Amino acid sequence: MTRRLLGLCVVAIVLGCAGCGRTPAAAPALKPTAFGAALVESSGGKQVGATGTLLSQPVIVQVNDDQGSAVQGALVEFRGPAGVGFDPANGLTDSSGQFTTNVTLGDMAGRYQLTASTLTRAQKKVELKVEEVALGYQQQLGRLLDDKYCARCHNPESTPERVSNYDNLEVKPHAFTEGDTLNKMSDTDLTAIISHGGPALSKSALMPPYGYTLSKTEIQALLSYIRLVSDPPYQASGIVYENK
Amino acid sequence: MKPPRNKLSSWWQTLFGHPIRAFGVVSLLFLVSLAIAPAKNYFSEWRHYQKQYLVLIRGRGDAVTLQRHLQTGIQQIWIPELGVVDRCTSCHVGLKEASLADVATQPFRRHPVIPHPIDQFGCVMCHRGQGAATTVAEAHRSTLAWEEPILPARYLESSCGQCHRAALTGTPQLNLGRQLLARNGCVHCHTIKLPDGSTMKATDDPPSLLHIRDKTSREWIYAWLKDPTAYAGSATMPNFKLSDDDARDISAFLIANSTPLPGDTAPIAPSQKAPDPTAGASLYGESFCASCHAVQNAAGNLVGGDVGPELTRVGSKVKPDWLQVWLRSPRTYDAGTAMPHYRFNDQQVALLRTFLLNKADPDFLANVHLDPATPTQIAHGKTLATEYGCASCHEIGGIKKPENFAPELTRIGSKPIAQLIFLPGMPHTLPDYIAAKIRNPRSFGAALKMPQYTFAPSQVDALTTALLSLTERAQTLPPALTVPAPPASNYQPAGKAGELMADLACFSCHAINGRGSDMAPDLTWEGSAVQRSWLKDFLKNPNTLRPALIRRMPKFNLTDSESNELTDYIMTVYQTPAFDRDSMPASGDPPAQVEQGKQLFYSKYACQSCHIVDTTTDKGYIGPTLTQVGSRLNAAWIYHWLKDPQGLRPGTTEPNRNMSDEDARALTAFLMAQRSSGRQEAKK
Repeated sequence: MTRRLLGLCVVAIVLGCAGCGRTPAAAPALKPTAFGAALVESSGGKQVGATGTLLSQPVIVQVNDDQGSAVQGALVEFRGPAGVGFDPANGLTDSSGQFTTNVTLGDMAGRYQLTASTLTRAQKKVELKVEEVALGYQQQLGRLLDDKYCARCHNPESTPERVSNYDNLEVKPHAFTEGDTLNKMSDTDLTAIISHGGPALSKSALMPPYGYTLSKTEIQALLSYIRLVSDPPYQASGIVYENK
Repeated sequence: MKPPRNKLSSWWQTLFGHPIRAFGVVSLLFLVSLAIAPAKNYFSEWRHYQKQYLVLIRGRGDAVTLQRHLQTGIQQIWIPELGVVDRCTSCHVGLKEASLADVATQPFRRHPVIPHPIDQFGCVMCHRGQGAATTVAEAHRSTLAWEEPILPARYLESSCGQCHRAALTGTPQLNLGRQLLARNGCVHCHTIKLPDGSTMKATDDPPSLLHIRDKTSREWIYAWLKDPTAYAGSATMPNFKLSDDDARDISAFLIANSTPLPGDTAPIAPSQKAPDPTAGASLYGESFCASCHAVQNAAGNLVGGDVGPELTRVGSKVKPDWLQVWLRSPRTYDAGTAMPHYRFNDQQVALLRTFLLNKADPDFLANVHLDPATPTQIAHGKTLATEYGCASCHEIGGIKKPENFAPELTRIGSKPIAQLIFLPGMPHTLPDYIAAKIRNPRSFGAALKMPQYTFAPSQVDALTTALLSLTERAQTLPPALTVPAPPASNYQPAGKAGELMADLACFSCHAINGRGSDMAPDLTWEGSAVQRSWLKDFLKNPNTLRPALIRRMPKFNLTDSESNELTDYIMTVYQTPAFDRDSMPASGDPPAQVEQGKQLFYSKYACQSCHIVDTTTDKGYIGPTLTQVGSRLNAAWIYHWLKDPQGLRPGTTEPNRNMSDEDARALTAFLMAQRSSGRQEAKK
């Protein structure tokens, strides 16, 4: 009787272990063939995307030696806060000294700080911080409103599909990323200027009022978008996701 | 073997040897087992998190308020009509605390701002997962054979689509996914029944293959079947990964099966003088072909619209005779085409034909050599075309459109994981399965018929989102709790003007009464907006109204009677009930009022930031140019537009300025005074 019980226990334990024991396949270790001295960002920083989605452009970093010329075969590794995905997370630099990775943002809205690192010949770690912005529902709505109502004047960049009106204006509007100026304005001021136009704060009448066109929720969404994309970051908007 | 047995029996003796001892031991065991339930409750995860939350808020300024808001114990949101029982708020205690905006640790984060209050909708409506569970693992992941794990954030918009059947502003990914489902031929093979009882309709129009031989060569069909993207990067036709022999046989069948279209080819009278080599390109530009057709530029980027097919290598595809017929009158070949019937004269047709035929890629068909087809090959081609379901999309003589060719996707978003066959190494979740299936269908089996599409990663995500919204819940929600899509408009203008509008394919760019595209302005109330003389001239010879736009109204070379017919119809039928178009005078406003309007235009309302009235000083070009607006628009329209632009054209970008009647009247007077100094100048 007891022996049978014991036997059952053993079987159960073995089964249990087999059930849990899923060992992840170890990634093949990459051996760097060269070492650099510095890590610089080539492109892909400061992108804006929706939470949990793939950024439209890959992040590309470059490894240079102490002369400043590109190094092929150096090992670059990417790390990020919880929820951020890299495809691939590490690899060797190509013939132009660059390493390219596709980044999927985390599930929370906010700014994400990604870290790229490479080793020097003396096994010292060189790091580079790259920042990306993830938009939640509200900020995403704000971005759509920006696209429709604001970007024509507030974004100086012209595309073939959307010509900018920036150059035509006598008083130049501020781009929404201009944190140096916009961060100094309170939420109340920004809401007032969006709702009642430039004259509400004794600024240019070229900025029309949108309070009769957009709802309160929409203006709030626009404000939260402006706060999130501002560079340098707006302080009260809080969280920056970093590696722990 | 023996000693342990002895040991065991001696233990037994010690514990249960005497009735009193046995009673004591059993009572103790009983007590311990009784204590298990309260202990499990005491050491539960949610209690742990609620304690942690108290630690978290202790040092904060508003600790007292936060603590007062905290309700301890298991919390539950119960919404019987939605079938929601959610206990998520037992651990996620800070969801509604605005002051926790800076807290990044879960489960204490504040919920991001969304349009729905959590109390009224619960959590699983959007996030899925197991609402009734009270442990972390059970609630979020599919342990214990729960079928519904938490939905990853990247597909969250799919949940909106369960109730919201029409496109929402806040869900761009879902909207794109639904568009792609309808546009890329998915619903030609897969049936998707919508909860309102209708079936999702395809919005693309794959060409009929009845007369394919008139249009193109067998070699081109062969190369296209082998890899559509080799001909056009933007091709929506997927790659069926056919073998050389199969592609040869299908092309043989299609050519052999094609019937000639009679009454086609009147020759073009040869032109007297040699044409200017750039004339074709300028006619292509002037006709705004690029509004609908894209061409790859030197840098490899596609430039142009996606209404019609890409024309980068069109010279390698079409036969000159067919192209000539098409340019002269597209509806001869395809009665339902989105292409307008430009009334080109023979010389223009010849110019465009030469220009387009020169867009050829000599390498494209260089390696395609096909021997004449044998009857066996043709018969095999027909079998293949039937098997691959070619007739689901294309009209093919002798093959009927198959019914239910591919699995129905009506409830794909609730498909049980037990019914899915996963590939080795892929995560066992429904979203991953759907995405992998869209990305590379044949990886699930080389014998599968589903072809290979070329979707960008963002498009795969969008499609997955749209498919995940097709859930059991979406099908069974009471209609009162859903937001239905507005019924599709089947508006059809009447009479001769209606025929003319069909021939000019007005609905390919303009919308009227809910039908048509949003590329160009909505014309539902155009008759109230514009003046008759302007409209007639504009239809004959459209000039630029919005300098910042690259897509403009093309010149259709209408005859006088045609433009009269259209003008009469638009002016009579497309009238708004909101006001009487003759309620305000077209001219004769007092000069003082005009002057007052000018002041308002430039100072108070600063309209010059977007509009141009005086070309010497004003520069804004977002809105239409207003230099001759007094000869174009109706005074009552301007007045009511100034009062409420969105009221007359929902979604227009011009902001509502909440203008007083007096200001609106003065501005109307000023704008009506902006008349063309001479028509001649406009025509130049």
